[in-house]
Amino acid sequence: MKPLIEARNLVRIYEMRKGPFSRPQPVRAVDDISLSVVPGETLGIVGESGSGKSTLGRMLLGIDAAQGGEILFEGRRMPPLRSPEWRALRARMQLVYQDPLAALDRRLTIAAQIGEPLDIHQIGSTEERTARIRELMDAVGLRPDQAGRYPHELSGGQRQRAVIARALATQPSLLVCDEPVSALDVSIQAQVVNMLRDLQEQNGIAMVFISHDLKVVRNIADRVAVMYLGKIVEEGSSDTIFHSPRHPYTQALVSSMPVPGKRLESRVILQGEPPNPAARPSGCAFHPRCPLATDLCRSKTPPLQQIDAGRTAACHAVASHAALAA
Amino acid sequence: MSSVNLADRQLSPRPALGFISRIRRQVPVSVGLGIVWLAAMVLIAILADWLRPYGITAMDLTSRLAPPGTPGHWLGTDELGRDVLSRLIQSIRVSLVIAFGATIISAVFGTALGFAAAQFRGIVEHLVLVLADFQAALPFLIMSLAVLAFFGSSMMLLVCLMGFYGWERYARIARGLAISAGAQGYAASVVQLGATPARVYFRHILPNVASTLIVSMTLTFPEIILMESGLSFLGLGVQPPQTSLGNMVGFGREYLTNAPWIMLAPAAVIMLTTLAISLVGDWLRDKLDPTIR
Repeated sequence: MKPLIEARNLVRIYEMRKGPFSRPQPVRAVDDISLSVVPGETLGIVGESGSGKSTLGRMLLGIDAAQGGEILFEGRRMPPLRSPEWRALRARMQLVYQDPLAALDRRLTIAAQIGEPLDIHQIGSTEERTARIRELMDAVGLRPDQAGRYPHELSGGQRQRAVIARALATQPSLLVCDEPVSALDVSIQAQVVNMLRDLQEQNGIAMVFISHDLKVVRNIADRVAVMYLGKIVEEGSSDTIFHSPRHPYTQALVSSMPVPGKRLESRVILQGEPPNPAARPSGCAFHPRCPLATDLCRSKTPPLQQIDAGRTAACHAVASHAALAA
Repeated sequence: MSSVNLADRQLSPRPALGFISRIRRQVPVSVGLGIVWLAAMVLIAILADWLRPYGITAMDLTSRLAPPGTPGHWLGTDELGRDVLSRLIQSIRVSLVIAFGATIISAVFGTALGFAAAQFRGIVEHLVLVLADFQAALPFLIMSLAVLAFFGSSMMLLVCLMGFYGWERYARIARGLAISAGAQGYAASVVQLGATPARVYFRHILPNVASTLIVSMTLTFPEIILMESGLSFLGLGVQPPQTSLGNMVGFGREYLTNAPWIMLAPAAVIMLTTLAISLVGDWLRDKLDPTIR
């Protein structure tokens, strides 16, 4: 199938200063990432905080400009940031935020905010918009009497439902969810994730679901990409990643996931400090914490290679293993 | 607090209360008095020509420096026998026009520059900030003196000049709030929905920062009245025989010991008006904010 959105060799470098007069140090938040999403598919992106997940999500939407590489939406390049074409394209792709209270204007009612994309993109007449707002509120499980409420009068879960309703208003074909449930209670998390999945299936939306919560990603994603320090270290279908992780980092992540009715026995506990993106280790960025690290890992960065059908990993150990098996 | 309000609302299907009593329930007494005072000031300013018992230059030389309470001159007369009440009414008109006009000019100008700085960043922002710092460092009174001395004093020039007073505060506030709204939160999310900058600024950021700007306006308003008083006192503001509140205070100063009413009447009006504006402004800010109810 033709990809809906395709990222080629994306690079985003932030400059970080330690003191007011020190030389800025480049931080490679997103380092040479390529991926694609086909219509109707859900791609999960997991990784530690600081691994560049959110930056990648924003770059896919074109909110953060790419410093290298390119993004193709339906085969066409992303128009320049904030140009009229860029604005028009917003109707096709939407973002769901981590903090719904911050993402909503506290001076406008929920109904006004859900209808705002329709206003902006001038979709439908006034009556049609009112009907559409009703329909959207119903779809995300908000009661009609909540239409006139202000964001602070709703609970966290209801606010996130309003944000999702707003994101769906223009019937986008791509939805990027940036940690949409991490600010919510666990009981509400499940409701919102299930609702997102249902809405996605009904409307055939492609979704990029960014989260550090593996349980949630496993529940919703078709494919999963694991990020470490701005690079994708392993990518594959959700089942294969969670059943037989190949990259040592993925193995450690997956082993930390509790399974109901089992003790966490074979847990791989990562040694060493969490990574500092400004002082990236030489060679494979993961080598200081990797149980399988060899001299090769310390000197040479492993490329992301195919190790199975529809499965890639960036690890010398995995690659040599695959080569032996072949 | 909101639950109490809800209970109130559920009770309210009983016959609608009268307009007056509804207002009395919603507006605190001090704010009510403030609103009444401001309304009276505005009415006086509009109807000054009809309210004045005498012309502002009409002299009654037989009753110079008459104390308040003198029949025919209820607030007394000044050293030339001019009626203080008549001059006060005219002063209220002149001062309100200057203060309102200047406050609005300064708020609009400052906010526009602040938003421009937040939107374009880079060189525009630098320029606005340099101008704001320059304005803050400038001894405004001395600059006004220079301008008025060169161009002569006219009402129009005075309002425009006073309009430059305090704009840097609005610019800084508007810029800061717009940047923080744009970096994280509602403004960024509306941009992401595809809104044009005009929509983002006027429909979202402006209503959200309006409360802060209104408070800033209530602070600038009395300062502008006092600034105008200072200029008039130095003889470069409102020119005699025309009169303003500050002008009256300035000229009444010489008779402070033997005819204090010349100065006290306008001074009281300045004080009460600024107090009323602060009270009403504060209340208005809370009323405009749906999160405080």
